[in-house]
This record gives sequence, structure tokens and C-alpha cells, in this order.
Amino acid sequence: MSKKLKRVLVSLLVGATVLTLAGCGSSGSTSTSTTKATVSGEINGGGSTSVQKIIDAAGSEFTALNPDAKFTYSGTGSSDGIKGATAGTYSFGCASRELKTEEKGNLTELIFAYDGIAIVVNPANTVTNLTKDQVAKIYMGEITNWSEVGGADAPIVVVSREDGSGTRDAVEELVGFKEKLKADATIKEGNGNVQTTVAGNTNAIGYVSLTFVDKTVKAIDVDGVKATVDNVKNKTYPISRPFLAMYDESKVDDATLAFLDFLMSTEGQAIVEEHGGIAV
Amino acid sequence: MQAIKRKKQKEKIIEGFFLICAFVAVVSVLAITAFVFYNGLKPFISNSYPLWDFLTGVEWRPGSNLYGIFYMIVGSVYATFGAILIGVPVAILTAVYISEMASSRIGKKIRFAVELLAGIPSVLYGVFGLGIVVPYVLNISPMAQGESLLATILVLAIMILPTVVSISETSISAVPKEYREGSYALGASKIQTIFKVVVPAARSGIMTGVILGIGRAIGETMAVMLVCGNPIAGIPTSLFDQIRPLTTNIALEMGYASGVHQELLYSTGVVLFIFIMIINLAVNKLIKAKVGS
Repeated sequence: MSKKLKRVLVSLLVGATVLTLAGCGSSGSTSTSTTKATVSGEINGGGSTSVQKIIDAAGSEFTALNPDAKFTYSGTGSSDGIKGATAGTYSFGCASRELKTEEKGNLTELIFAYDGIAIVVNPANTVTNLTKDQVAKIYMGEITNWSEVGGADAPIVVVSREDGSGTRDAVEELVGFKEKLKADATIKEGNGNVQTTVAGNTNAIGYVSLTFVDKTVKAIDVDGVKATVDNVKNKTYPISRPFLAMYDESKVDDATLAFLDFLMSTEGQAIVEEHGGIAV
Repeated sequence: MQAIKRKKQKEKIIEGFFLICAFVAVVSVLAITAFVFYNGLKPFISNSYPLWDFLTGVEWRPGSNLYGIFYMIVGSVYATFGAILIGVPVAILTAVYISEMASSRIGKKIRFAVELLAGIPSVLYGVFGLGIVVPYVLNISPMAQGESLLATILVLAIMILPTVVSISETSISAVPKEYREGSYALGASKIQTIFKVVVPAARSGIMTGVILGIGRAIGETMAVMLVCGNPIAGIPTSLFDQIRPLTTNIALEMGYASGVHQELLYSTGVVLFIFIMIINLAVNKLIKAKVGS
């Protein structure tokens, strides 16, 4: 009995030691070879959730081409991506909005795609077009009934994103109701939640990344322009924004640079398009 | 002699190991408290945001430098109170039924269901709430959206059931058989026995269950976030108003926040922390007072 306990104790200790050593090992290992053929090393990116689909797809393609490289991306939000890139906890960060001046620091920014944001309503809603001004007024609470914009006589349920969300920032900026969101708007976390809410309430209006829109909701035209990838690309669709990757020049490693090069290559840009982004 | 000595030494070592394990909990609670309080009190000590405005404000607009959490405190309290009001009676009656009335076959089945309920991840309660409760509330609500205090209360009431039921049931079962026999001997009926003898005797255990239920309700985040609506301002005045509890405020914005905004989210955590401590202490006192009388 006591022998058994001793053995358990010893194995626990050994396990802990091994774990500690392994932890040291991984942070110490950087890519040693500078040959162009393949890259090795760990790339851990993080930040905006809006770019996750694109970055994940590009990452798995990149690791397929470079089997020695390890790739992870954590979708934790734009601000976190910027912080992580500045602190060096991420080898690169991603943001789905422009950086604020106090956030820029030593970061090198790279625009790798553009995104459109779709204004979505319930499929049962008869409204098909809103002007940017009308959208702003709905979100500020100046228009509160669908009949005021040519729809049925029903109250408008405004659905917005949480404060600090890149999508919310982008919409408030691009549509023009910065910091004037009406007080009783329903706040949902993440594109998926907004979409579920709008799909479940006939009178709701919301906004999601164009890459997220599916059949459960209806994307409406803004200023008479359809919310399509083509229209964002030719810059006629008014609600669009850049997707940024950034890194600290002094801390960045070869593997990360190789990945970002890949992302900007024709192949990488093809992945961007495949996942609903708009190539630069 | 030597064998005994060695045995004693071994005992000491093992005891030390247990002590280390026990320390993990103590150190964790101290570390979490210190971390939350350190970060949460920073904005008030460094004067980057006035404490009074933080506690009494009714609008949360980080972009406009407005960080008021009073309406969230009200929302949290209402939601918790409502959940207790609905959940606790149901839970206690369930516990009474399982331990006093049901045949062992049915009792086992109900107990199994309650235990299963405890194991469901809270996000799934939220998804259930968003898919079933919110549309149902929308049907009966004068408001245009179903996300509301009522939806939050209903989801929370279900979530606290397992905690309250299992602890109440344990303490009801622990009431000595003699109490019941004495009651029957005096000619009391089964129902009289249960409510006049058994439940009062199990009171302290039931109260413990209720405290833990309150703790669960006020601290619940994921499920609530999906059904409460999270508005940026406004004290709820009806069951159909949307609320933003303290917990979801932190969870919603922590990923994106920076600077003072982030620190004030920690401050929200401090308020939540104090709330839970007050509730625990108050109810503990209540139990002691009752047991003493």
C-alpha cells in the first residue's frame, strides 16, 4: 500500500518535471534553418474572430506545405490580437478594424483582405432596401417602426454587438452612429448569436460579417447596393472594412513572416476569397 | 521499534502531501481575490474613474467614457431573486417527494434526472433558453423581443434545481426516523409530519442548498448571456425588460476591452465578489440565529 503511494508520488513528481522541461524546450526552439524550402517553428496567432475562418484555412494549408511548422490561431477579439502582438504573446495578431493611434506602438500592419458587413433582417420581413441614413436612425432609436421605412406596422428590434467588437466598431463608424446606439438595443456576443437572434425574431434587424450570412436571415441592400462580395470589391457597397495582420518587427520570427508572405501570395489570397473575404 | 519509526515518518510525508493539496484551494482563492481586487480597485485609486459614478451610473458606454453598473446590479438581484422564488419551492417539494413519498423505483428515476440536469453544461441551458424560452416569452410579451428578465429567471430557476434538490434531499433523508414515528404516534398525518417535523428539522441543510442556489444564480454567465438581452442602459421595471447582469457584462467585453475599460470590468468582478460574500454571510447568520432559537 505505502509502496504504491510512493510510486504514485514519484510518478507525479517526474511528470511535473517533464512538463516543466517541455515548457522550457518549446519556447527555446526557434527555426534554425533559413533555407526557403520548408519552414519550421511554432506560429501562434490570435485576435479578431471575423478573420478566423480565413486564417485557420490559410494556416492548415501552410502547415500542409511546411510539415515542420505548427500553427494555431485563437479568435479572442481584435483588441486582444493587438495586445498579444504588442506583448509578443502572439507571433502575429489580427484585427478587423483600423488600429487606434495608442494601439499602434511598434506594430507593422499588413492589410490582407477586405470585408463587407451585411445588414440582416428576418426572411419574413418585406423591407429589401435601406439607406445608410435609415440604418443609422434605426440604430440610434429615431426610427422605431418598420412602417416608417416601408415595411409592416411592427416595432423594430435592434440587435447589436458587444462594446469593443470589431464588427460593431466598423458598423458604427461606417454607417455613422458612433457611440449613439439606442439604450434598449439587444446586445449579442458574436456574429453567430446575432444571426440566431435575427432568425428567431420577425421584427429584428442586426449586422454580421458578410462571410457569416446564411439562409436563416436576409441581407438587405444598402443605398440600393446589394451586399455581395463583388460589390465590396468594386467598392460600391458602403459598409466594408479592412482585415489586418500585425506583428512587432523586433520580436517576429521567420516562420511567422513566411506565413504572412504565404497569406499575401496568390495562393493565400485564393484562400481569402474562398472563405468569403475580399482579396486585396 | 525502527519499523514503527519508519511508518511514522511515512505518515508525516503523506500528511505533508495532503497539506500541499489542501493549500492549492487556499492559494487559489487568495490569488483570485488578490488579482481581481488589485485590478478592479486600480481605476478608483488612480482616479481614472470615480467610484460613485461607477456604482450609481445607469449607462454603460465605454466609447463615451460612461461606466455605470447600477442597472446591472439591479438586474442581477432581480434575476437571482426571481429564480429563487420559482426554483426553491419546486426544488424543496421535489426533494420531499423523492425522500418521503415516492416509491424507491420512481425516486431513483427522478434523482437520476436531477443529477443529469446538474451535468448539462451551462451554455446548453443558454441555447435551450434562446431556442425555446425566448420565443415563448416573445409570444406573451408586450415588448418586441423575447430576451428579458423573465426569460433569464426561467432559465436560472431550472439551473438551480439540481443544487437545491440534492442538498435538501440529503438533509431530509438525514432526519432521524424517530422524529417521524413520534409525529405519527401523536396522530399527525403524513403531510403534517413532513411540513411540521421533517422539513423544519432539515432546515439548516435546506438553507445551505438555497445559499448555493443563490450563488449559482448570481454567478451564472454563459446561459444568461444568451437570453437576457444585455442592453447598454436602463433599470428594468417590468418582467419583460431586458437586463444585463454583472457576470455577462464581464464575459461580453473582456475579450475586446483595453485600458480603463478593462480595469472597470475587473471592478464589476469586485462588486460581484462582494455581493456573493454578503449573501453567504447573511444567510449563514440567518441559519445560526434560527438554529440557536
